[in-house]
Amino acid sequence: MQPEAHTSYAAAFAPPLLDPDGDVPAAVTGPNGKSAVKRYDVYRNNVTVSLIEALAAIYPAVQRLTGPDFFRAMARFHIRETPPTSPLLFDYGRDFPGFIARYEHARSLPWLADVARIERAWLDAYHAADHPPLSPTALAAVAPDRLANLVFTVHPATRVVRSSFAAVTIFAANRIGESSDRIDASTPEDALITRPEFDVVVQRLPPGGAVFLTCLMSGCTLAEAAAAATEASQDFELATNIAGLIEAGAFTSLRPGDQK
Amino acid sequence: MDAEIRPRTSAAIPLRFSLPIGGVAGTSFKPEYLAAILDEGPQRGFFEVHAENYMGAGGPPHRMLERLRRDYPLSLHGVCMSIGGPAPLDRAHLARFRGLVARYQPALVSEHLAWSTHETSFFNDLLPLPYTEATLARVCDHIDEVQEVIRRPLLLENPSTYVSFRNSTMSEADFIRAVAERTGCGLLLDVNNVFVSATNHGFSALQYLADFPLTRVGEIHLAGHAEQSDDEGELLLIDSHDGPVADAVWKLFEIVIARRGPVPTLVEWDSNIPDWPVLKAEAAAAQAILNRGCAMEDRHAA
Repeated sequence: MQPEAHTSYAAAFAPPLLDPDGDVPAAVTGPNGKSAVKRYDVYRNNVTVSLIEALAAIYPAVQRLTGPDFFRAMARFHIRETPPTSPLLFDYGRDFPGFIARYEHARSLPWLADVARIERAWLDAYHAADHPPLSPTALAAVAPDRLANLVFTVHPATRVVRSSFAAVTIFAANRIGESSDRIDASTPEDALITRPEFDVVVQRLPPGGAVFLTCLMSGCTLAEAAAAATEASQDFELATNIAGLIEAGAFTSLRPGDQK
Repeated sequence: MDAEIRPRTSAAIPLRFSLPIGGVAGTSFKPEYLAAILDEGPQRGFFEVHAENYMGAGGPPHRMLERLRRDYPLSLHGVCMSIGGPAPLDRAHLARFRGLVARYQPALVSEHLAWSTHETSFFNDLLPLPYTEATLARVCDHIDEVQEVIRRPLLLENPSTYVSFRNSTMSEADFIRAVAERTGCGLLLDVNNVFVSATNHGFSALQYLADFPLTRVGEIHLAGHAEQSDDEGELLLIDSHDGPVADAVWKLFEIVIARRGPVPTLVEWDSNIPDWPVLKAEAAAAQAILNRGCAMEDRHAA
C-alpha cells in the first residue's frame, strides 16, 4: 500500500458527489463484487437533495415565485458551482442571490435576486445575537443641541437591502402571504430587516431611509447621515426616519460622537 | 481480533461512564413540536437535537432549546464533525460544539463514524470510510481531541452505508470496538443502521450485534428506512428517517435490550415529519420494550 493510500479515500470519494458525469470511485464496491453505481448514487442524491432543501428552506419566497421545479433546477446548478464551505447550513447560500441575478432563465423575473437578498438577510437576523433594542424614550432624554452629534450602535440583527424593484412587497406577498392584488414591480423599495425580540421584522424604508441607515451603520453621526440621506432623496424626513428605526428596534444604544 | 474473548453480555463489565438518564425513551426535537410538548407539561423522556442547528449566535433556536432544557434532559447529536475524515478536525467547529455542551449540559453527547467535509467543501451527508489500521488511528486521534475539548466522553454512532471500500481490512464492529477500547469513548448503537447496513452488505445483523461491544453502548437510535434496489435489482435500504420504525428493527432492539439491559433510546424522524402524537407513540413503544428490559434485570437481580 502506498503511504498516502489511507488518506486518499476522501479525495477519491468526494469529487463525483457533485459531478453527475464523474465515474463511481474505483475504491468502493458492493458486497461480493456487486456493482456500486446505484449504491454510490445514494450518496450523490443525499448530497444534492439535502442541499437543494437547505436552499429551499432559506429561500421559500423565491421558490414560491419560481415554482418548485424551476427552483430545484436553479438550486442544483448553484450547488454544483458553489457547494457549502461551512457545516452550518444556515450560513449557506450567500452567493445564491448573485447567482440568481446571473441565471439566464430567471431574466424574466428581474426582482428575484433582490427578494433572495431579503430572505438571506431574514435568516441572518433570525440567528443574530440577542440584544435588547434601544428604548423608544432614549432619544427624548438627549439635549437638543447634542442630537446632531449622536452616533448609534446598530442591533446585530439589522440589515438593509436596496432594490430597484418592489422587492419588499413581493417578498411579503410570497413569504408572509400579505395580500397584494396588484403589485407594480417597477416601484423601487428598500428593506429594513431586524429582530428586536423573537420575531424578524421586514419593513419598507421611507425615501432616503436606506442611505440614512447605511450611514448610521458605518458610524456616521446623526447630522452626517441626515445630510447624506437628504442628498440622496429630497423627500427624506429625519424625524419620521429616526423614530421609525428606533420603533422597529434597529439600534441597541446611542452615544455622543467624537467632537469635531 | 480473537472472537472468543468478546463479551456477549452486559452484566460483568461496568461502564466507565455513567448513564445519567437510564432506560428512558426520547425523540428527535423539532421546533414545530415545542408548543405541544409544553402543553403536556413535563413528562418522562428526553429530546435530541442536531448540534449544528443551534450554532447561531442567538435568536429563537436558543430560546426554544433553553425552554426545552428547563423540563427535559437533552441529547446533543453532532452531525458534521467529520471524525471519520482524513483531514484535521475543524477547530472552530469543535469550539462551537464545546460551547453548546457547556451551555446546555446535555445528558448525552454523540457524533458519527463518518465524514462530511473534504478540502473546502461540506457535503451535508454522512460519508463512509475504509476500515484499516490507518483510519483507525486517525479516528482515535480525532475522538481523543473531541473528548479533550468537551471534557467528557463522546458516544460514537455506527453508520449506515451503501458501499464498502475494497481496501478495508477489518469489520465495522471490530473497528468500532477498537475505537472504544483505545479512546474510552462510549457508543451510540443505531439499530436501524445495523439493519440497513446488514441488508445492503449481505451480513447478519445478529452477528454484527454479537460482535458489537454492547457494554459500551450509552444510547440507542431507532428510525425508519426506505426501500430501493441496487444495480442487480436487489433490495437496497436507505437510512431515510422518514417513517415509522420497521418491525425487524423493533425485533433487533428487543434483542439488544435483553442482552444489554435498558439504555436511553431515541426515535429519530427527520423527514416527512409527523404530528407530535405519532412520534410520541413511537417513543412509547420503545419505552414499553425498555420497561420489559428493566423488569428482566430486576428478576435477574432477585
